[in-house]
Parts: sequence; C-alpha cells; structure tokens
Amino acid sequence: MKGVRHYPGFLAMAVACLVILYAPLIVVTIYSFNGSTSITSWGGFSWRWYADVFTGPEAPRFKAAAWNSITIAVIAATSATAIAVAASLAMIRGGRFKGKSATFALINLPLMVPEIVIAVATLIFFSAIGLTTGYLTILIAHITFCIPFAYLPIAARLQGIEDAYEQAARDLYATRWQAFRLILMPLMMPGIISGFLLAFIISLDDFIITNFVKGAGMETLPTAIFGSVKQGIKPNIMAISTMMLAVSILFVTLSYYVNRIGQRTRS
Amino acid sequence: MSTAIDIRSVVKRYGTATALHGVSLSIADNEFFTLLGPSGCGKTTLLRCIAGFEDVTEGEIALFGQNIAGLDPNHRPVNTVFQQYALFPHMTVLDNVAFGLKMKGVPLSDRTARAGKMLEMVHLSAFADRLPAQLSGGQQQRVALARALAPEPKVLLLDEPLSALDLKLRQAMRVELKTLQEQTGITFIFVTHDQEEALTMSDRIAVMSQGRVQQIGTARDIYEAPVNRFVADFIGETNLIEVTVDRIEGETARVTLPGGHAITCPAAATTPGKHHLSIRPERLSLATTGDLTATVERVVYLGTDLQLLTRLPTGEEFHIRLQNSARTEIPAPGTTVALHLEEGAARLLAD
Amino acid sequence: MAGITPTPQGNGSGYRGIVGPLLIPTWAVIGIFLVLPVLLMAVYSFLTKEFRGGVVWDFTLAAYDQFFLNRGLFGDEPPVIEWTYITIFSRSIWQAAVATLICLIVGFPTAWFIATRPPQTRAIWLFLVTIPYWVNLLIRTVSLKFLIRENGPLNESLMSIGLITDPLPLVNTNLAVQLGLFYSYLPFMVLPIYAAVERYNFALSEAAADLYASRWVTLREIVLPVVKPGIIAGCILVFVPSLGAFLAPDLLGGAKTFMIGSLIDEQFRGSQGNWPFGAAAAMILMTLVLIVLTIYARAQARGEAK
Repeated sequence: MKGVRHYPGFLAMAVACLVILYAPLIVVTIYSFNGSTSITSWGGFSWRWYADVFTGPEAPRFKAAAWNSITIAVIAATSATAIAVAASLAMIRGGRFKGKSATFALINLPLMVPEIVIAVATLIFFSAIGLTTGYLTILIAHITFCIPFAYLPIAARLQGIEDAYEQAARDLYATRWQAFRLILMPLMMPGIISGFLLAFIISLDDFIITNFVKGAGMETLPTAIFGSVKQGIKPNIMAISTMMLAVSILFVTLSYYVNRIGQRTRS
Repeated sequence: MSTAIDIRSVVKRYGTATALHGVSLSIADNEFFTLLGPSGCGKTTLLRCIAGFEDVTEGEIALFGQNIAGLDPNHRPVNTVFQQYALFPHMTVLDNVAFGLKMKGVPLSDRTARAGKMLEMVHLSAFADRLPAQLSGGQQQRVALARALAPEPKVLLLDEPLSALDLKLRQAMRVELKTLQEQTGITFIFVTHDQEEALTMSDRIAVMSQGRVQQIGTARDIYEAPVNRFVADFIGETNLIEVTVDRIEGETARVTLPGGHAITCPAAATTPGKHHLSIRPERLSLATTGDLTATVERVVYLGTDLQLLTRLPTGEEFHIRLQNSARTEIPAPGTTVALHLEEGAARLLAD
Repeated sequence: MAGITPTPQGNGSGYRGIVGPLLIPTWAVIGIFLVLPVLLMAVYSFLTKEFRGGVVWDFTLAAYDQFFLNRGLFGDEPPVIEWTYITIFSRSIWQAAVATLICLIVGFPTAWFIATRPPQTRAIWLFLVTIPYWVNLLIRTVSLKFLIRENGPLNESLMSIGLITDPLPLVNTNLAVQLGLFYSYLPFMVLPIYAAVERYNFALSEAAADLYASRWVTLREIVLPVVKPGIIAGCILVFVPSLGAFLAPDLLGGAKTFMIGSLIDEQFRGSQGNWPFGAAAAMILMTLVLIVLTIYARAQARGEAK
C-alpha cells in the first residue's frame, strides 16, 4: 500500500511539466549548433552561428546592445540593492512607525502594477518633463522596478538574523555604523547577493518597459533580439539565446549556492 | 562597600502596556546579584534598560553614581552575556573575544594577547581559531562569557545564560560562574527564572513579578522569610493555608490553625483577621500529638524523600516531606496523622 | 502569562531614530518614477490627442468615450456600445483565465509531487522548476515559437512518427497564445502551491484515509481546502501578468488573438498612436488588476482572521 502522499499520475504530470519547460530551450540550444543556413534542416554540428554573433554583419549591433544591457543591469542592480538594504533596515529593524504599511505597499508597487502600465506611465512621465528617452531613461526605469526584487531576499534574510548580534556589538562598544559594517552586513551578505543577482537578471530580462523608454537607435539585448525575430527566427538569434540561457543558469546556480552557504552559517 | 548600580523608580512602558512599575534597587560593587522571576515579570526588561537596549520611560539608572540614562549601549561600561550567546557566526572565537577591545581602540597585539588570556581563563585556548558553530553549547557559553569580560566592564549582565544548556552542564557552569565572579571581582547581575540557580549562586536576589520587585534579600532570607504569597509560592514548595490572626503582640502574632490549635509566629506587617500562612513541607514531622491533623491520601516515593499528600479537615491540600530512612514509618493512605511544626516553620504572609 | 514580553527590537539595533533617512531613497525613487508617472498617466487619459503622438492640454472624456461608445464615422450618430475594445479586453481575460487553468492543472500535481519527495531530491526538482523563471522571457517565447511553428521540430517529429499527416497550424491561434502564457508563468503557479503543500500536515490525509475516505475524496475534501491559499496565490501570480502580457500574444498570436498589451503598445507607436486612448486603456487594465488584487487581499485577510 502506498502512503497518503502518493497520487497516481502526479509523477507523469511533474515530468510533463519539466518537458514543457525545457523542450523549447533544449531544441533552440541544439539548433544553435546547426551548421546549415536553413533553420529547418540539420546541417551537422558547427560553431558558425556563435562566430557569426561576434563577427557577422549584425555583430556591432549585438555588441552595443549587450554592452548597454550589461552596464544598465549592473548599475540598476547595484542602486536597487543599496536602496533595498537601507529600506530593509528601516522596515525590519525600525520598529513601528507611521506610514510603515504604506511604505511596504510602495516597495511592492512595481510588482503589482502590470508591466505594460508601468511602461506607458514611465514614457508619459519622461515625455512630460521633457527628458529625451535613451540610456538614462532606461536606467531610471530599471532601478525603479528592480527595488522590490532586491528587497525581498534581503528583507527575508534580515528577518532571520536576531538583533542580539547587533546588540552584542553595540554592547561591546561598536558604534551604529561599526555594528552594521562589521556584524550585520556580513550576516546579511547572502541576502544582499541574492537580491543583487535577482535584480540583475530582472533588469537584463526586461523587454516591455525598455522598449517603451529606450528611444530611437538605443538597443538592449532583448529589444535587439525582438527586432531581429520580427523578420523571422535566424540561427544567430538561437546562438545568442543559448548564451543568455547559459548566463541565466550560471546566475541561478550561483545564487543557489550563496543561499546554501548562508543557511549553513546561520545554524 | 560602594554602590555599583542604583536603580531609582524606573518605569518602562511599551505604548499602553507597562513592563516595569517603578522599580528601585541598588546593587553593591563586587556583588553577585540575581533578578529572579517567571517569564514576563520584567526582569529581562530591567536588564536591557541597564545595558542600554531599552530607554527607561521614567526614573534613572546610575552606574557608580553617574546617571547613564540616554547613553547608547556602546558608551556604557557594562557588558552582556546574551541568552542565546549572540556569538558573531562569521568570526572566529578569538575575533569574537577581541571584538570589544577592537572597538575600544586597543592595538592588535594587545587585544590578541588579552583575548588569548580570557580564552585561557575559560579553558578554550585550543579553540581560538574555530567558528562558533563548531563549538558545543557549553563551549559557546564560555566564549560568550570571555567576550563580555574581555573589555573589563564594571558590571557584567547575564541574561539567562545557562538556559540553553543541559542539566549537568548547567550545574557545572554555576560553580564556574561563581568562581569567575570571585576571581574578577566584577559585579554580576544575573537574570533567571530558575530558583535553584538563583539560590545557589547569588549574594542577593530580587524576586520580581508583574513588573515589581517583590522582595530583595539573601537566598536564606527569601526562602525562609518570604514576605508575600507570591514569593513563598514561587521559591521552593510550600503549603499556603488560610488562618486567623487573633492578636499581634509586638513582633509576634498569635495565630489559630485549622483544627483549633494556636501557635505564635513572626508578625510581619499584618493586622488581625484572615491571613495566609506558609509552611514548608520539610519543616514538619509526624508526632503523636501535634499542631495540625491531616488525612493521608497518597504516599509518593521520591528516593531520598517521601512525599505525603494529605488533606486538612478544612479540605485544603497539604504536602509533607519526610526524609527516607529505615526509621521512617510510612503511614498508610486513609490514616489520620498528627503533624508537629518545627520552630519557625510557619511564616505569616503580608498578603 | 502576566506582564509583557519586551518587543524583539529595542533601540539596541539603533535604526529606530533613522527610519526616515533610510527610507528617503525608496520613497523618492518609487514615488517620483512610478507613483507620479501613474498619476500623470491618469491625467493624460483625460487629455486631447495630438496627431503626431503626444497630447494637447485640453481636458476631455474622448478617450473613454472612444473606448466604450461608437458615435459613427463622423461622430454625429446616437452613441451605441462600441464592442471592439471590450472584446479585446474580454478576450484577454479569457486567454489569461485559460492559461491560469492549464497552469493549475499541470502545476498542482507537479507541486504536490515535488513537496512529497525526500529533501535531497526535492531540492533538485525545485531547482529545475525555478531555472526557467530566471531565463529571459523573450528567449523562452521565441524558443517556444521555434518549436511549435508550422515546419518546426514539434510538427516534424509528430509527422515522422506518423501521428499526424499534415503539420498542426499552431502559431497564430488562441491555443498558441494560451500555451505561451502557460509556458511563461508556470513556475509562478508551482512555487506557491509547493510552499503550501510543504506546510501541509499529512496526518490529516492519514486521518481521512482512516475514516474511509478514498485518495481522491481526501484530495477534494481535505487537501484542496487546506492548501487553497497557495492555489489562489498561484492563480493570481499567473493571471495578473497574463492579462497584460505583450510578448506571448505578439509573437505567438495573430490579428485574431490581439490582446490588451498589444492594443496599448500600438497607441504609443509613431503617428498611428493615440496617447490619451493608450493611457485610458492602461487605466482600465490597472483598475481590473487592482480589483483582482483587492478581492485576493480581502480573502487573504478573512482567511487569517479565521
């Protein structure tokens, strides 16, 4: 007799779930190594489309887009993480204060408002204040919507750290700043890294908002890929996709290990 | 002897709730002073007010004559041993112990030497380079002690430091703590809900309940001469029975026990009428004629002792402890026994 | 228990006095770059459109009028209800609902299965389900399109094993859009249900079995009511982004599967655009989402009060 945890067919469903999630990614990865120019027939294993991404006719465009994407993601994730660390100290360690629940709602607002609405509102705002859309407007928008993504793991981590550590430090003659820098920040680090990585990926991932506020001639990787895909899926796009896939998997693995280490130091 | 800590009418309120209702007490230099009480009695709040983790709402706290209210914890020459130790998990044992010295600006070589000496004192020199997570509970507790003592505080605060240890270790640590206090000559303020801990280590004990100090005194004072029902009931096992005070003559009161027999006992500050009498179960003996009679309901064998669960004619439960020896005659359940009260066994309570 | 336990945070951590300075960056950034823009968007939805994109500062209800009412080609006929945009919104709600349902049907058994694995295997399964969430949505959608297109690998392999003789026309259908939404947001369904099942006390199932309930009756009568908060959270997390989705309908759908996201997007593209109308459509979408979230928050609060 099988236990109450077992339901027939649930294993099949779980496997189906993974197949559905991974089949498209695996297929694209395989086809990115297709030696043929046609996307329908298999022409043997080849790196040619990876070479094409870096040296082909579209290479300068992709390089510029990748540069924009990465620099924006780094700056946006760093800023959002710094803002989120300060906010989490106030929200978790600040006790009760007036406007706390309103602040909580504010932090989570970017998660609740649909992306397309944020995109429209941001475009209207920049146009109203007369700021030309471009790198700066993308950056501002990214910092804004990255805040809750950075905040969530940082606040969760901080919540798990007893305030006795800081009190012990203060008791042992540390100033507020020393107690933060020497004790609390190292303990929060796994949360801070997770928050940064999450914000980084979310920024790198964004298409809709970026597409609204990027202005003419400015591209990030997603908008560049979207532009190419409009004319049909080409093999070089599959090569770029596969590389981005690898970066994502690298990041999630990294964040997973950071969390594991974090859990170990806590107990 | 000079006064280390002087607490004057301290009130602590959280919103509308009051945790401390005007607590006043003073603790002498070199004293091992214990705050004893059940959870929620305000003992930890008082400790945190002394450490500077909480601001007092009213009143003041003076440390060697200087009012320290409003000083941040890092400006108070007072260190704390935390309940769960709060050892910094990302620092080695040595770095933990040296932390306070580092914050005070002691140069690296000096502080390493001092921290090393502290570790020697708690017998943990071999563990200097380990992380706290690699130590046992008892070892962590000793690191916490060494860390709090390293900066040579004027007063050491200990917040239930033994509660996370198992019984054997707890008993060993009691002795070690007391020795450490005598060696260093530092004033210890120890918070606990465990009366045995309090009785064995303290020079003086303050029993607290509901945000108020109920009684301050030596272990003996508190056990033998509780001032009220709370203290009598909280410290040790006791029988509380209702009696009538007939009259008071100076220091002694004439009291009628249930069953009609009259005795005299110290008066405390009471008036004639109904009052409670505390009688410790081990201060009684079986006799042929006695001060009280009771019906035995059950005999519980406790090894060194025998416990008799009896009932007085008034219907009140009454416990008796007899030492277990070959000569002890064990009364059978159902029999009526006469009880003799030892000299000073009965204590009249103020409320 | 008499007396009061001190609040866990005293002034020992020392952040009480500087809550304001710590929160200024958050208030400033989200306030100026999100709250203010949304308010401005509300104002724009009442302005007059300018032909080359942008607005003229004349207040009018024209955008909402255009959305809901049809006054004929020259605007002089008696108004009747305009169905074009209401249809697009209804279709979006329908598509999002179907995608949510598919996610639930696949996601619940998956979440249950993962939560009932031994800890080691569980971590691996969770890891596998989370990875796609971290992968660029655009890339995932493009990959799906590549897989299911007319002469793509899916149709090729189905034909080669003889299951079908002609390629299935999947792309540009409602089904493709639903599949795209399902594929985009499936992890959002699995994770909250997993969290709920992990907390589920399996002794309840054992008690039900002991009292003669079959496996499936136990699922319906005991498990589902207990893990309902997780299921509702999962449904919200899939439904809300699906409603305003842009990529899946745009890349996988066609004219017949036009959804809110594309409608709004169009209003801000070049000279064809109509900013006040786009702002109005965005306002209506946001209102819809806020209604869903409010109902959810109410239900959540009621559940906690119980």
